[in-house]
Amino acid sequence: MKFSDEFEARFAEMVPHYPTKRSALVPTLLYAQDEVGFLSDEVIAELASRLELTELEVRNVISYYSMLTTEPRGKFNVQVCTNISCMVRGAEEILHHCARRLGIGNKQTTPDGLFTLEEVECIGACSWAPAAQVNYDFHENLTAEKIDGILDEYKKRGTQ
Amino acid sequence: MADLVSHPDEVKVVSRRFGLGATNLDRYLELDGYKAVQKALAMEPDAITNEVKASGLRGRGGAGFSTGMKWSFVPKQSAKPKYVLCNGDESEPGTCKDRLIFEHDPHAVIEGVMIGALAVGARSGYIYIRGEYRYLSVIMQKAIRDAYARGFIGKNIFGSGRDLDIYWHGGAGAYEVGEESALMESLEGKRGIPRIRPPFPAVVGLWGGPTVINNAETLANVPHIILGGGEWYAKLGTPKNGGTRLFCLSGNIAKPGVYELPMGYNLKKMIYEVGGGIPNGRKLKAVVPGGSSCPCLTADEIDVAMDFDSVQKAGSMLGSGGVVVIDDQQCIVKFALRTMKFYQHESCGWCIPCREGTDWLKKTLIRFHAGGGVKKDIDNMQYLSENMLGRTFCPLGDAAAMPTIAFVKKFRKEFEDHLDGRPCPYEKEGAAEQLPAMAH
Repeated sequence: MKFSDEFEARFAEMVPHYPTKRSALVPTLLYAQDEVGFLSDEVIAELASRLELTELEVRNVISYYSMLTTEPRGKFNVQVCTNISCMVRGAEEILHHCARRLGIGNKQTTPDGLFTLEEVECIGACSWAPAAQVNYDFHENLTAEKIDGILDEYKKRGTQ
Repeated sequence: MADLVSHPDEVKVVSRRFGLGATNLDRYLELDGYKAVQKALAMEPDAITNEVKASGLRGRGGAGFSTGMKWSFVPKQSAKPKYVLCNGDESEPGTCKDRLIFEHDPHAVIEGVMIGALAVGARSGYIYIRGEYRYLSVIMQKAIRDAYARGFIGKNIFGSGRDLDIYWHGGAGAYEVGEESALMESLEGKRGIPRIRPPFPAVVGLWGGPTVINNAETLANVPHIILGGGEWYAKLGTPKNGGTRLFCLSGNIAKPGVYELPMGYNLKKMIYEVGGGIPNGRKLKAVVPGGSSCPCLTADEIDVAMDFDSVQKAGSMLGSGGVVVIDDQQCIVKFALRTMKFYQHESCGWCIPCREGTDWLKKTLIRFHAGGGVKKDIDNMQYLSENMLGRTFCPLGDAAAMPTIAFVKKFRKEFEDHLDGRPCPYEKEGAAEQLPAMAH
């Protein structure tokens, strides 16, 4: 299993920060997922071995955290918050608009593998609602037109 | 990058460096950066804790416990290493303030952790930032690297002979991890299941060592208290509620944003003057005053001072500072349903009253909102919620139950309006189309 040099440098730096190796697990899983796209069997086996855990222990942790996934996602994960502050400012319309526009439902991926749509819980953008995150990028004060432009931009970026 | 707002009534303490480029270490130093920790290095540990006690600073994460008291619970002698843990797992719906602190003033958090460590005798501190805040983790990691490069943290800090390490740690999506003992589990590389207390973290915390856990905003206030003095800080607020608070105005309000206002600022004034009132010619229906777990206040109940004690007296909680404004075009049943969906999704499943209670309430509310409710459901929702209260190891069960009880009690008529197969009176045409259910 080969990770990037950046991942390796980060991993090597992080592990000595803790008295137990497994403490590095949660952030490491997320960085590994960012690189590979999802937490594959291979990634799980590799990280379990590095942190002296069983694969089951790693899977047990993965299943707890909502950002971690063992299933491949699209290149761009469109995460629309529909929690209270966003909801009262029209988040459901934003979510439905994304669903219509991308032709997929919640937690589904477009056939070209570019987009996954996900309804998510509060992302901490309450005062700039409605809001969404595409991968880690925040998009705030959304309207249907604004989201069209945003999705076009990602599509362009993804097909270049 | 989130937009900043301002209002003449603001008193800027923790937000005073917002928008001034303080992520840059040199700029931070120009703005009195790392002066407080140097002052603290010359103080006795007890004197630091006493200054924080005198400031009346109370936990900004939501519980409102005295920060100085919390620090004083850490035993002086300990065979195991002590730790300071900054809780930056901001996830309470309606709350988006720690985000601005990390974005604009990361060194203030580092300095706060350092001062806490000096007060309790810890040699390591961890700053835990939720996984969704990746760009803030990048900012924080750089801030920590820069501080190490100048020798502000690490070995022999400021030539004092003391060693103090500060590390970043990241989450991966879990509201429950914002609870202090679940946060420690997560940092130890496990599922965020709360621990049974006692023992409390101040005695047995991270890796079994005594641990102070404070919210990011709480810690970011500490350097200002050390520099300005506890008495100065206390006077900014109301008795027993020292200082200022970052209030996150959101929902149906004309000027949403994060405003720093003195503790005890009137809620009505906050909504109508600072927040510019309710837009689109609509009227106020209710306010959730401190994040989704706080019981709502009706439009008639908002003449209240926003400090921990006054809001509690008014039957709610100041919580995390997330003020969610609800106008008269919103359906309270739907609002209650969305709130419950959240808690059901986030319940870790350990305690049966929380796991089963949130699920049952969610299912009841879905059916109820869709017009399939019967009158008995209304009382059942209240009964079920009341039976969750105080019966779980962590406050998530209470957090789900408390707002539900308030919605049912204060807006019973709105619940009744959904009975007998009547469609939701607030639902816009076509908006009820359903997406596939949220898998989890």
